[in-house]
Amino acid sequence: MMLPKELKKSLVEKIDHADHPRELVVDVMLVLQEHYGYLNDEAVQDVAVLLGMSPLEVEELATFYTFIYREPLGKYVIHVCDSVICWMDGYESLKEYICKKLAIEMGGTTADGLFTLLPVCCIGYCDLSPAMLINRKVYGRLTPQKIDGILEKLKSEA
Amino acid sequence: METYPQILLENRKSDRINTLTEYEQSGGYQGLKAAVEKHHESGIIRILDESDLLGRGGAAFPTGFKLKSVAEDAPSPRYIVCNADEMEPGTFKDRVLIHTNPHMMIEGMIIAGFSIKAQKGIIFIRPEYESGAKILEREVKLAEKAGYLGKNILGSDYALEIVVHRSGGRYICGEVTAQLNALMGKRPNPMQPPPYPTEKGLWGLPTVLSNVETFACIPHIIRRGPDWFKGLAQTETGAGTKIFCVSGKVKRPGVYELPMGIRLSEIIEAYAGGMLDGSKYKACLPGGASTGFLPKEHFNVEMDFESLKKVGNRLGTGAIMVFDHKTCLVGATLNLTEFFTRESCGWCTPCREGLPYIRDLLLRLENGEGREDFIPVLEEMGQHLWNAYCAFAPGAVAPLQSLLTHFRAEVEEHISQKKCPFK
Repeated sequence: MMLPKELKKSLVEKIDHADHPRELVVDVMLVLQEHYGYLNDEAVQDVAVLLGMSPLEVEELATFYTFIYREPLGKYVIHVCDSVICWMDGYESLKEYICKKLAIEMGGTTADGLFTLLPVCCIGYCDLSPAMLINRKVYGRLTPQKIDGILEKLKSEA
Repeated sequence: METYPQILLENRKSDRINTLTEYEQSGGYQGLKAAVEKHHESGIIRILDESDLLGRGGAAFPTGFKLKSVAEDAPSPRYIVCNADEMEPGTFKDRVLIHTNPHMMIEGMIIAGFSIKAQKGIIFIRPEYESGAKILEREVKLAEKAGYLGKNILGSDYALEIVVHRSGGRYICGEVTAQLNALMGKRPNPMQPPPYPTEKGLWGLPTVLSNVETFACIPHIIRRGPDWFKGLAQTETGAGTKIFCVSGKVKRPGVYELPMGIRLSEIIEAYAGGMLDGSKYKACLPGGASTGFLPKEHFNVEMDFESLKKVGNRLGTGAIMVFDHKTCLVGATLNLTEFFTRESCGWCTPCREGLPYIRDLLLRLENGEGREDFIPVLEEMGQHLWNAYCAFAPGAVAPLQSLLTHFRAEVEEHISQKKCPFK
């Protein structure tokens, strides 16, 4: 799979306008991740070539950031907040509920390729705890019933 | 319940931001006008210096002093960076501020940028706040159209461009020097100063980095003067208002703009609606995950930087996380330590090696497998963490150290009962 010409052109244009190409590395990784579904080896190589970095330099960033994914993912990425307020408000039992419902472990992807479950540190919605993000959209004051509704709706839209 | 002046969260709406026009109608961009036409560079810095505005991102660094430390003959371009990375657990004030008055922090950035002749402004924002990033991109463009940004700002010869920089998401990126590395596309490890960022920051050039709330205070101080700002606080040692984020076992968790120095008891009882039914106050973390547990004896403490220092704690970001009598503080400390263990950048040894070690001992304590001799080891390890490169590690052990100081009995119960007494 090659990077489509149009996509490459738009990235090159953006990079040409930057004072320092490297400062765009997270943006470029996010674009390629969106294109390939995750940041695969080919994408790491592409990012390196586009920004004049070594693949190793890209790799050490790709593996550092929470929202850059080096492995294939489901269509919906569920990040459940496991920091202290959500922990106090029932994170453990919610996590178990989601794992059971989706029949996956933390870090896993459902067989139908729809959902990936990942932990995340405090997402800044402690006033709505317990909370989670799905494809970066926030859902708060979670209960098992609420989770049922959210997951069913996403399934039907998939 | 007293109604205190709302400055930063003025005209707060439940479903949308204050538009540029609405912001202008309530005095918005008048601070910038006064800065450019009347006070000029040195005047702005003097006013901010006199206002005692301390950084609201957790470190409480004096803003005037920071701006002053950019030398007049320093090289260009110079950078002004707004830290909207807000990843301290319990903290969500910047999110609310961006969704209430985005132009306030933009105006603050322009004024601060003008005072150090910065050419480029960058807003560094966490990926969880994508909606905030979109708002800021849109509103920056509107500010440009209105002549507050771009070339010849308000008819002067000053030019500033502001861009939004999205993070890939890691707690350490909130640390100043780590954020500079992140902005330069390097692995975001903190760097130990000197040189200080105001001397050699982004790309080796002078850079001033401050928090969203700090920038939002600036236009008001320029417009209404340092004495007015100091007068907003309830204590002699405080200045201005503070946005407190209250979460945990209270009836009304949320964001409250209150005078600096207001008593903790008043925040919890009057504004956060008191404890949940059936819950009794046990402790709180007064300023985010990297502050210590504040025991009940300090329930009346005045919430400003100095007063919390006096009781051996920190105001941090003003994120008050409330724990009740049914919550296990060993379990809470374990959770907080898990957080710091995962988020450590791994660059220096005390943090990378020390935190997993502490987590392991806490996990055993929580599981009823603890021993008396764990306690001195935990105390010693806590001390070692102070040898790390940056402030991350000392912050990471603040909950542990306060647990051992104020709630040692709870730790000992875990050992003597060979189980968590709360389970």
